[in-house]
Amino acid sequence: MSSPIQGPLSNGSGAAAVLAAALGCFALGVLALAGDASPHIAQALNFWKPTGPLSGVTDLAIIVWLGVWFALSRLWARRSVNLTTVNVASFALFAAGLLLTFPPFMDLLQGK
Amino acid sequence: MEITARDAVTVLHGMGFGALLLLGFSGALVGLYSSAFAGHQWGVRERRYANAYLIVLALLAWAAVLAGAYLVYPWYRAIPPAGTVDLSGYPQRLLMANPTTIGWHSLGMEWKEHIAWFSPITLTAVAFIFIRYGAQLANFRNLRNTVLAMAFLALVSTAVAAGFGAMLNKYAPVRGGAEIILMKGETHE
Repeated sequence: MSSPIQGPLSNGSGAAAVLAAALGCFALGVLALAGDASPHIAQALNFWKPTGPLSGVTDLAIIVWLGVWFALSRLWARRSVNLTTVNVASFALFAAGLLLTFPPFMDLLQGK
Repeated sequence: MEITARDAVTVLHGMGFGALLLLGFSGALVGLYSSAFAGHQWGVRERRYANAYLIVLALLAWAAVLAGAYLVYPWYRAIPPAGTVDLSGYPQRLLMANPTTIGWHSLGMEWKEHIAWFSPITLTAVAFIFIRYGAQLANFRNLRNTVLAMAFLALVSTAVAAGFGAMLNKYAPVRGGAEIILMKGETHE
């Protein structure tokens, strides 16, 4: 997906920010679904009792987002990457994340 | 004229951070289009303002979701003691007690509490890319298209969260706590 630096400013750091944001949103959707589907997971996600499982869902999604962003930034900072591939992957992840947070779709996946 | 402490925090969350954020999107989208698509040449000063504008917008998004999740939401989902008849202090339970309002919780709040977080995440990425690439963003066609699309996604997620937030507060307002007197009224005959 990437090749060595071409010119003074590559698209790598921008691509890293886009893909990391998409993965963070997708992680949020997956965690929201997992918490909704399983009482055990919901209990494990209950990081702060007043907010309940939402605290774990959002905290972990932010950790995924920032962790992936940090890793990809280091990897792609000086590289020119195939942004079409990154965009397609990112928008698939954004769309999946959106669907996974939509309660009727969550219920459909769980057969409710 | 008075307001409860919980009302005040909810107003700050929705009408303060959320509404300002929604208002700010028009400027951000026009700015991104002008700078990266229309090819308008911006001076250093204009670019600095635009950078600050996008940073403030991302900060507003973070303030809105953090205040929502960690200040307002615990009041919304509070469990009433057994035998409580008046559920007005327990908005989630109040909505769930009536088949005509349960959807505002099961669809509205359940979606809002998650989709709202798309906004600060994507806006942070938009601000980062806009500042990092500056005037050169116009030369990265794919990247500038993605940045505009992500700003639009942030707008949609904010609009969904704000819309449901307004309706939820209409059917089951988060109220309680200390009363803050804003103004002494007068009686007119």
